[in-house]
Amino acid sequence: MKIVIVGDGKVGVTLTEQLSKEGHDIVIIDKDLKVLKESVDQYDVMGVHGSGTSLSVQREAGVGESDLMISATSADEVNILCCILARRLGVKRTIARVRDPEYNDQLVFLKEDLGLSMTINPEQAAAMEILNLLRFPAALKRDTFAKGRVEIIEIKLTDKSPLCGKYLHELAHLTKVQVLVCAVEREGEVFIPTGAFRLQAGDDIFVTGASRNLGVLTRRLDLADRKIKNVVLLGGSRIAYYLAAALLEEGAKVKIIEIDPKRADHLAEILPKATVVNADGAQPGVMMSEGLAQADALVTLTDIDEQNIILSLYGQNMGVYKTITKINRMEYGELAQKMGVESTVSPKDLVCHNIVRYVRALGNTEEDSGLVALHRIVNDQVEALEFAVTEETKNLGVPLREMKLKPGVLLACITRGGKVIIPNGDDFIQKGDSVILVTTADRMYAELNSIFA
Amino acid sequence: MNYKFIGNVIGRILCVEAAVLVPAVGVSLFYREFRTALAILISAAVTAVAGLLLLLPKAGKKNYYAREGFVSVGLAWIVISLFGALPFFLDGAIPNFLDCVFETISGFTTTGASILTDVEALPRGLLYWRSFTHWLGGMGVLVFLLALHPMTKGKGQSMYLMRAESPGPEVAKLVPKVQKSAMILYGIYCGLTLLQILLQALGGMPLFDNITTAFGTAGTGGFGIKADSIAGYSPYLQVVVTVFMALFGVNFGVYYLFLARKPLQALKSAELRIYVAILVISTALITVNILPQYSGVGESLRHAAFQVSSIMTTTGFATTNFDLWPEFSKAILLMLMVVGACAGSTGGGIKVSRVLLMLKAMKREHRRTVSPKTVSIIKLDGKVVDNDTLSGIWFYMTAYSVILVGSVLAVSLNNFGLETTISSVVACLNNIGPGFGVAGPMGGYADFSPLSKVVLCLNMLLGRLEIFPLLMLCAPISWRKSFGARGGR
Repeated sequence: MKIVIVGDGKVGVTLTEQLSKEGHDIVIIDKDLKVLKESVDQYDVMGVHGSGTSLSVQREAGVGESDLMISATSADEVNILCCILARRLGVKRTIARVRDPEYNDQLVFLKEDLGLSMTINPEQAAAMEILNLLRFPAALKRDTFAKGRVEIIEIKLTDKSPLCGKYLHELAHLTKVQVLVCAVEREGEVFIPTGAFRLQAGDDIFVTGASRNLGVLTRRLDLADRKIKNVVLLGGSRIAYYLAAALLEEGAKVKIIEIDPKRADHLAEILPKATVVNADGAQPGVMMSEGLAQADALVTLTDIDEQNIILSLYGQNMGVYKTITKINRMEYGELAQKMGVESTVSPKDLVCHNIVRYVRALGNTEEDSGLVALHRIVNDQVEALEFAVTEETKNLGVPLREMKLKPGVLLACITRGGKVIIPNGDDFIQKGDSVILVTTADRMYAELNSIFA
Repeated sequence: MNYKFIGNVIGRILCVEAAVLVPAVGVSLFYREFRTALAILISAAVTAVAGLLLLLPKAGKKNYYAREGFVSVGLAWIVISLFGALPFFLDGAIPNFLDCVFETISGFTTTGASILTDVEALPRGLLYWRSFTHWLGGMGVLVFLLALHPMTKGKGQSMYLMRAESPGPEVAKLVPKVQKSAMILYGIYCGLTLLQILLQALGGMPLFDNITTAFGTAGTGGFGIKADSIAGYSPYLQVVVTVFMALFGVNFGVYYLFLARKPLQALKSAELRIYVAILVISTALITVNILPQYSGVGESLRHAAFQVSSIMTTTGFATTNFDLWPEFSKAILLMLMVVGACAGSTGGGIKVSRVLLMLKAMKREHRRTVSPKTVSIIKLDGKVVDNDTLSGIWFYMTAYSVILVGSVLAVSLNNFGLETTISSVVACLNNIGPGFGVAGPMGGYADFSPLSKVVLCLNMLLGRLEIFPLLMLCAPISWRKSFGARGGR
């Protein structure tokens, strides 16, 4: 597919990396020659220097002949303008990054008029992810599928965990609940395990199952699920706004610590129910005096990754029940994990996964391939894909034990009419099901039929 | 430094070279030159074995950067020249190995300078191979390799290879993917070559002459298979060759724009316009200047146009002994030698776009001297040329001048006279082939001393690869282990 990306910033670069790896023809447009050159050196893509809102630049980039235009500059207005122009030139689909809350609310109306296929809002996506984690704090990471009925959660096994030293086929017997361990990370290595896999302390396990059952599992594992009532947000960014608004609606108490007085004023104005504190949250004294010790959760959202990591560690040290850290550069993600930082959230990665899913679902055939959701887990090394089963799917009605799958593919879950099935050898798939597959990320499956050997 | 990667690249290139040696065996067999066929076959086998041995170690980490790109390009060209010289040596047609290497380097770098005193005595199989090296060297061996295999999926590092081998101050891809760009370049190249073969066939050129001449023209090389180069062919054929030499000296990006149905943008290229202007003006001046030597304007124009096209695109074919022309015409030709063809073509020389940018930069400096606070930005075809590119050009020019002066000094030891000495170095450094005097179109490089031949060999490689890759090869910093986090993820 031919894809034009406007804006070579954080999101632009991540998209470039991902989409060029998947084999698409990418042209990047940016005003900054230096970053453009860096990208062209690093990835097999072409760069066009200039403003994405200029007609001649778009023509030079061949927007008219492209299949998709993604506008991801820092300015919403520019993105919208780029997409309108691209539509005029004849591009098939457009995606714009729109993140200002003021536009975001009207976007439902605007989307159709502007001919946007999709809008992305990394900050909102991050806020929703954090909200998800706060609702279910026992999980380090949480990805939902099948309209929220199925989830994959990440749990760290401590040496006190009853699962240590147990084989996976004993799991159902031990916990008496229908769940499946679909991936295990052990000392940086990833396993897609079988029943003969033995768990150890220190493993990060990724468990899939019906949301309800996962709740039961965490209770049985003594990972007491505490309800989050008091949340401290460090840094009053856009994520903080989206998150605070959602938390307040659920009735939680929110305190936002913001260093910039103007921004603090603005937040106080648009979030009247929240407590906004104008102070430097990076100072331990401030954190203590604002009652961090009494908070259930701390979310660090400043613009500096390093600061977020340190502050989260401090919070964990002070005994805060749940900490969530925003990290922009995922290179730090692994490091943070090693240092013991619990949950991390990366806004740009969230939207990138979403766009990769969108592009992959379009495929080369221009027909919907039935890819409903794509999540990356275990530091992007494993993909969890949700596919809709259609009448064209092969092996309908064939019991799993007779079905031949490609190596490294795990059929983790089947949802049928609202029922969640953790499949065993007797189960089969039928039209109308939705299936969740777990596979290593380098395979890049775009349609369900390609998983059959 | 990623030695494994460099070994891998060179191994692949040797395999490609072995593969393209095979048709030459066929040509030899066709003409019943069994000794030559055997010599070429052995060379192909040796090359293939060497290539496969280099491919044996598994390429470990995939990281490579500009310096690996430059070093592998520089090394690759030296290695293919050494292996490409084997057929000449094993056959015994050229007894001295240094001469064999000179001939092969001259072939791959599309120079066309020859040490042979009697070309027509060479077996057909070797004549074919000699001309084919022009064709392969013209667009580049690594570009060919990239068209076959992208080396890295999704990563942009193969661009380093393309940049190191393709001529011009700024190398850009035609389409987003390196592999597709390389395929398009070779597609255009093959298409034009076939067109030339077709037009020459219409003019009644024998098939063998046709193909070898087309190879020599396409790569802007200039190895003739006749002692008098192109002079023996009909005026129609000479005109065809004139036109195609000029066509192969044009930036291939221009042809791509035509293919992409953007002819207006293609015709607006400043480089193309100036290139055509220089061709036309030089031809006109020389036509008038040499008029007394020929029977009429028609003949004079034909010879002038052919030589101008041949020299400016750095091909080096000749229809007449231009060494006998008046000084003024020879001076024009010498200047054309230095300017060379367009960037992104198969031609050599400094390149029209570099000269153009230098003139623009000079104008800017001049204005700055007069009013130091003037802000001015240099543009080419409406695009801003950044200072990195400009300083690259200055570095290139400085290195070029130093090499030129040094080589002239070394070659002057032959005592052939200033005209021969300077023109031979210029002709090799700019990949033209024939110079003036002893090295003139009807002369050759046979009588030069071994030292001069080595120096000229280096000049040819430096000229074809535009200096940097070979310079990187000699710089100790390229061979040191990289330190710190450059390995990256």
